[in-house]
Amino acid sequence: MRNRYAIVGLGALLAVATALPAAAEPVDDELVIDGQAMTVRTAAPEGHPFDELLSGWLFREAETRELEADSFQNPGMLYVDRGADIWNAVDGTMGKSCASCHDDAADTMKGIAANYPKWDADAKRPINIELQIDKCRVENMGAEAYKFDTPDQKALTTYIKHQSLGTPVAVDLSQGDLQSWWDRGKDIYYTRTGQLNFACASCHEANSGQYIRADHLSQGQANGFPTYRLKQADMVSLHNRFRGCIRDTRAEFPKAFSDELMALEVYVTWRGTGLSVETPAVRQ
Amino acid sequence: MTINRRQALGLAAGAVAFAAAGLPGRPASASPEETQKRIAEFTGGKTPETGRLTLTAPEIAENGNTVPISIEVESAMEGDDVVEQVMILAEGNPNPDVAVFNFSEASGIAAATTRMRLAKTQNVIAVAKMKDGSTFIDQKEVKVTIGGCGG
Amino acid sequence: MATPKPRVKLPKTASAGEIITIKTLISHQMESGQRKDKNGDPIPRQIINKFTCEFNGTPVFSCDIDPAISANPYFEFNAKVPESGTFKFTWIDDDGSVYEHEAGIEVK
Repeated sequence: MRNRYAIVGLGALLAVATALPAAAEPVDDELVIDGQAMTVRTAAPEGHPFDELLSGWLFREAETRELEADSFQNPGMLYVDRGADIWNAVDGTMGKSCASCHDDAADTMKGIAANYPKWDADAKRPINIELQIDKCRVENMGAEAYKFDTPDQKALTTYIKHQSLGTPVAVDLSQGDLQSWWDRGKDIYYTRTGQLNFACASCHEANSGQYIRADHLSQGQANGFPTYRLKQADMVSLHNRFRGCIRDTRAEFPKAFSDELMALEVYVTWRGTGLSVETPAVRQ
Repeated sequence: MTINRRQALGLAAGAVAFAAAGLPGRPASASPEETQKRIAEFTGGKTPETGRLTLTAPEIAENGNTVPISIEVESAMEGDDVVEQVMILAEGNPNPDVAVFNFSEASGIAAATTRMRLAKTQNVIAVAKMKDGSTFIDQKEVKVTIGGCGG
Repeated sequence: MATPKPRVKLPKTASAGEIITIKTLISHQMESGQRKDKNGDPIPRQIINKFTCEFNGTPVFSCDIDPAISANPYFEFNAKVPESGTFKFTWIDDDGSVYEHEAGIEVK
């Protein structure tokens, strides 16, 4: 099974490398969710390789776009509902839920996730929503950290990020040592890896807008994660997607929340500065 | 990457042949004949007419796992002019059955939307059965694309 | 997912005889029975095989479901509302579990 995919994958990638198919423009469309307009196109920040930043939503087919635009039909909203239940559920030895300290997430979490990753002065490394949840669970609830990609972790992360729906992504690189993690993330983004010798930039910068087999290559933005992916019919976390991409280059992939992937999260999130948080986005 | 076009095509063709050679345990797909048999069972052997029933499906599905489809039948949904059932079939899936919608006068309109799985490019077929025994059919070909990116 | 959780959307009010649109979504893996696990053993089928909608006890719409319906099954359909009352939605799982949801509507 694995070999077949590898060979088919190689054929597809070579097709891109040798016979570049016509690029297709991302659509000119507006994403409005429950009456709220999302920023799906915006001018890039200074020092960005692109002039204009585009949400991955613009690279998808009409049916997929419609699914995200309808907050009832969007299956990712099932995870938002489940996340709300977890938010209010007592867990751990201290008899507390998220809501015990943070009350109504609609107020206290509004816009918060758009500014993650942040600098964690205690751990002296960047912290994302998943790790922030774990920190809270361990230190304030007496609960265990979630195992990577457990349904509860994905649901609670989705719920918290959803409270920032529409808020523009803005990472403050002046916090702590975040800038050096950005630098490291940038190095990783441009470093070719794996048997196919692809960097993140090979697909999402140099060939963004091209097709890799039937996949219309986006700019690889992080603003919609965790995202509902039709392929898995499930929520896919950002670090799961990072690992999937790296695996597709036929490289060893780093652990979730490792230094490499945290650095990459800082850098890739910055690459989407100004795009709206779309969680839960819907992708193919 | 120093592989020329011919080598690349050869590799791609090899990959296709490898895939086509058969994977252990991969389910065989339903045949159009099997699908026709299902239709005959549903209609009681009648050949369904076209018109009145409309099946809406995307021409190209971005992912075969989640393909939106809708059906609508022109009907007063009163008296004798009532749609009783609409059957959905997919002739290239391991099993052609997808769903049967059951309507009543209380439905008001004989229309429904759902999301379905398509194993490959194939015809999706809808057949409607009316209270008066008449039957209608519509079909759409949906192309299922295979993306380059797993994960 | 934990216990499947339904989502239902319909208007809170309608005029007598009005035809409304109802949307339903439920979290469910819809395991098709066609897949295999990492050891190559078939994963047994477990789907929601039936969905029904009743209004004040009268059948409005139902669906017999096969494994070709996508995970997290979605159904959108219509109902003619003669009077104030309650819609009852039922999803039946292969394992015998029944998931229910009720929603009222007021005719003005």
